Amino acid sequence: MRAVIIGNSATAVGAIEALRAVDQRAEVLVVSEESHLIYSRPLLSHYLGGEIACSRLAYRPSDFYTRHDVTPLLETKATGIDVEGHRVLTANGAPIAYDKLLVATGGVPIVPPTPGIDTQGVFTFTRRSDVEGILAHLEKHGGSRAVVVGGGMIGIKATDALLKRGVHVTMIELAPRILGAALDSAASRLMTNLLTEAGVDVLTGNTITEIQSRDGRVCGVALREGAPIPADLIIFGIGVRPNTQVVQGTEVQVNRGIVVDEYMRTSAPDIYAAGDVAEAYDLVVDMNRTVAIWPNAYRQGAIAGAHMVGVETPDEGGVAMNAIEVHGVPAISVGNSNLEDEPGHEFLTDLDERAHRYKRLVLKDNRLVGAILVGRINRAGIYTGLIRHKIDVGASRAALMSEQFGLLSLPDRYRKHVVTGEGIEV
Amino acid sequence: MSKRIVIHEEHCIGCRLCEVHCLVQHSSSKDIVKAYGGERSHLMPRLTVEEDGPVSFALQCRQCEEPSCVEACVSGAMHRDPLTGTVVCDEDVCVGCWMCIMVCPAGAIQQNLLGTRIASKCDLCYGAELPACVANCPNEALTFEVVDEKGAAS
Amino acid sequence: MALSLATASFCIERDPARCIACQVCVRQCANDVHFYDADDDVVRSRDLTCVGCHRCVTLCPTQALSVRQNPLEFRPHANWAPAILRNIYKQAETGGMLLTGMGDDQPQRIYWDHMVLNASQVTNPSIDPVREPMELKTYLGSKPERLEITEDGEGATLRTEITPQLELDIPIMFSAMSYGSISFNACESLARAATEAGTYYNTGEGGLHPALYQYGPNTIAQVASGRFGVHLDYLNAAAALEIKIGQGAKPGIGGHLPGEKVTLDISRTRMIPQGTDALSPAPHHDIYSIEDLRQLIYAIKEATHYQKPVSVKVAAVHNIAPIASGIVRAGADIVAIDGLRGGTGAAPTMVRNNVGIPIELAIAAVDARLRAEGVRHRASLVAAGSMRCSADVVKAIALGADAVYIATSALVAMGCHLCQHCYTGKCNWGIATQDPYLTKRLNPNIGARRLGNLLRAWALEIKEMMGGMGINSIESLRGNRDHLRGIGLNAVELDALGIKAAGM
Repeated sequence: MRAVIIGNSATAVGAIEALRAVDQRAEVLVVSEESHLIYSRPLLSHYLGGEIACSRLAYRPSDFYTRHDVTPLLETKATGIDVEGHRVLTANGAPIAYDKLLVATGGVPIVPPTPGIDTQGVFTFTRRSDVEGILAHLEKHGGSRAVVVGGGMIGIKATDALLKRGVHVTMIELAPRILGAALDSAASRLMTNLLTEAGVDVLTGNTITEIQSRDGRVCGVALREGAPIPADLIIFGIGVRPNTQVVQGTEVQVNRGIVVDEYMRTSAPDIYAAGDVAEAYDLVVDMNRTVAIWPNAYRQGAIAGAHMVGVETPDEGGVAMNAIEVHGVPAISVGNSNLEDEPGHEFLTDLDERAHRYKRLVLKDNRLVGAILVGRINRAGIYTGLIRHKIDVGASRAALMSEQFGLLSLPDRYRKHVVTGEGIEV
Repeated sequence: MSKRIVIHEEHCIGCRLCEVHCLVQHSSSKDIVKAYGGERSHLMPRLTVEEDGPVSFALQCRQCEEPSCVEACVSGAMHRDPLTGTVVCDEDVCVGCWMCIMVCPAGAIQQNLLGTRIASKCDLCYGAELPACVANCPNEALTFEVVDEKGAAS
Repeated sequence: MALSLATASFCIERDPARCIACQVCVRQCANDVHFYDADDDVVRSRDLTCVGCHRCVTLCPTQALSVRQNPLEFRPHANWAPAILRNIYKQAETGGMLLTGMGDDQPQRIYWDHMVLNASQVTNPSIDPVREPMELKTYLGSKPERLEITEDGEGATLRTEITPQLELDIPIMFSAMSYGSISFNACESLARAATEAGTYYNTGEGGLHPALYQYGPNTIAQVASGRFGVHLDYLNAAAALEIKIGQGAKPGIGGHLPGEKVTLDISRTRMIPQGTDALSPAPHHDIYSIEDLRQLIYAIKEATHYQKPVSVKVAAVHNIAPIASGIVRAGADIVAIDGLRGGTGAAPTMVRNNVGIPIELAIAAVDARLRAEGVRHRASLVAAGSMRCSADVVKAIALGADAVYIATSALVAMGCHLCQHCYTGKCNWGIATQDPYLTKRLNPNIGARRLGNLLRAWALEIKEMMGGMGINSIESLRGNRDHLRGIGLNAVELDALGIKAAGM
């Protein structure tokens, strides 16, 4: 049996590790247009920020492929799929036959068409080559002023990294507040305060209309509101959309991402999709959608890899979640965390703005559906577990918000499940 | 099969000797008086003692069959050691992104803010025959046993 | 408020070079002796409430603590000892009886320490217990006058009907300690150890918790004057029943469990309202004569269809010999005698220290009397009241007991340090308490293991001593007073014990 994986990131690793855990004989190939061995994308911001050297970007040890008996085909771009013929078509001509195929092409950065965009000093922030480009640009041309387009997770991480490099950042977000997909107004405000304290200019309800250049390099941006601002560097950190290009024109059903079932199977036989490219079940919002986060990518890859060799581990569903740190203050959001004034929902909050501390829990029908923690993130995973398992926490409301919150605050049966592994009755 | 720490809350007396010995085991000196002397400021126990009235227990990493932390770790620091089967954090690789803290259903991982700002969790006293907390619990509220499939948090 | 004249009995010594201020001692002391001073980041101690239980000393991870008797000295007085003065100060402040726990702590004559055992040498060889079988098994119950055996071609048949017997793999049982005076975990430890070792434990007057019914085959259920927890299932669950007339620590008075210790579980087990004092009356209010006792013994035998031996437990007092004789003739299968030094969870100090006679003299007197009357076989004798080691056990059997009951030794095996404050319910070792914070401290896995180890260790030593004496079974040791000699005893004592002086 030959399994082919298009993509070389968390999803591929999850698939390989799950597949090899049960099957040592299947042939496994990884097809990737990048030239690097598996590296961690989330670590790119730490690399950009100078916290780690590029040698630490590796997500697995360098002998990962040989140890798992995987053949990597790097710098090979997959251009299409011959579904009936079970072949992956590539840019260099030679098709690759498969018995099972996993499309793990991830996402492509969203870059709105902006006049002046084709100039030196404009970057996206998803690949290693992006970061290397940024670093090279900074080194070659100096540069102390950057504009980061996008006030979401990616934009925040890019900004925090640039701050560590001593670069002044202006962050521009189209929505009325930053991090609107994950945080509520109070948390957004806290994060904005932190950024401002760190010297970032945060502009919301705004966008760039033109990229200005001089001598072929970026020198500033024009805004929809307000005067243009000077800049040596532009980073687009708006977000990613599923990279579905390779299945265009095939019978594979695509919505925004590639639609998959609980085993990551697409509508085409023997083809799976997982990770940022897939649209899998989200158990908090109770529908399929793309949630482009690292844990989902790994887990979905593992489900697909296992299913390829006959092991069925159905996906219970993903949960949106993010962990970031701005100016030394951590912030975690899980589930339906950004809801405000939503009928049928209950909100428990505790805010200490001066101390940059915030905790907000969102409940529906006595079950936790969202959580935000800023500043103090101790044991945040307990809330994640409650969301994932839909535990009735009606009796524990007061305890949920307390400083001493722990497993003992929760229903006995759930606590015993976590501590000893006995089954839960939900 | 690898062994895991089994928690018997009915025998926990809340003395917190487990915290003391965890700390000493992970110190440089491995001597209790020295560890609590000069080394104290950058040591922290890798377990949490939960207490509510007379009910108490020491909680450390549950060594899950399907560890959420390994799944969520962006640097590959959280991994299952191929030799021992133990889920451990490679502290040279961890960058302190806190994803593991966000997903651990037991809340068993802590931020180590005393030194390098990375994640800190129980490593079963890596290499030792018996974890220090198990060896020193005066009432056998922690035992070290081979556990079946269901013996861990999901 | 007037000044209290109480001073600390003990002083805490803390080595500052070793103390790491981990606060384990703070958390573990039920008497709040240790406390953490956050300002100075040190742990300090208030000696006044220390009872000398050594919990903190044992748990301290750096062995930084020691407990000494308060060296506070009075002017020496041979008559008015400091302890006596302190008792009077206390009574002047409280107006109440002095209460205490465990057994007599005064320097009474301990006859075990004045008796020595024989060893075989030249005339008959000693037996090596490692190489030859040594029988520690014994049977408790009424033995028949004679055995009628018929023989035919195929073998022999026993015609005589034998009354119910308890089969003991070792001649040591756990004595009566009520659920209430001790924790459930302590009861469970005793039950499990007795089952594992092939012997019996006694419920005491607290009834039997339903969770312990599974150990019924190794349980002796007590029917005491308060009849706590006595119902048909209780009687049927046990292997034997014991009517408790008295106990060695407090002859003539009943039991007392303070209301604070009567939790929901205790309330259910004893069949009394929660939170009320459990007071057992001094006499059984249906036993006012020996005929009444006989009636109760047979009422119990009827209720249990004569399937189980019935024991009667009395305290060793003056005239114990005729009392025991009366009990045997009343139909008891076992007579248990509890001596002056026996322990208790709560008793008035004056009664504990001054009422009753030592078990050594009692057993000797009872055994001699029953033999003289020709009724020794009609009941087994069990000796209780401070058997501290295997040598005491051997001597008790040599004096005439069929088996012994141990209680204080069992509690010490589980961690008791004889601080004598059982009646406060704050036992730091989780034994004599119902406080859920404290009862956890006795893990029944550990308790049962330690008790089993104690029995195993004593069994090995008994075999060594018996082998040394050249005997290989308990029945050869029982009542074999010629194996004992007295040292430092006067003629009256030697005569009372029925033994010769060493050298004779």
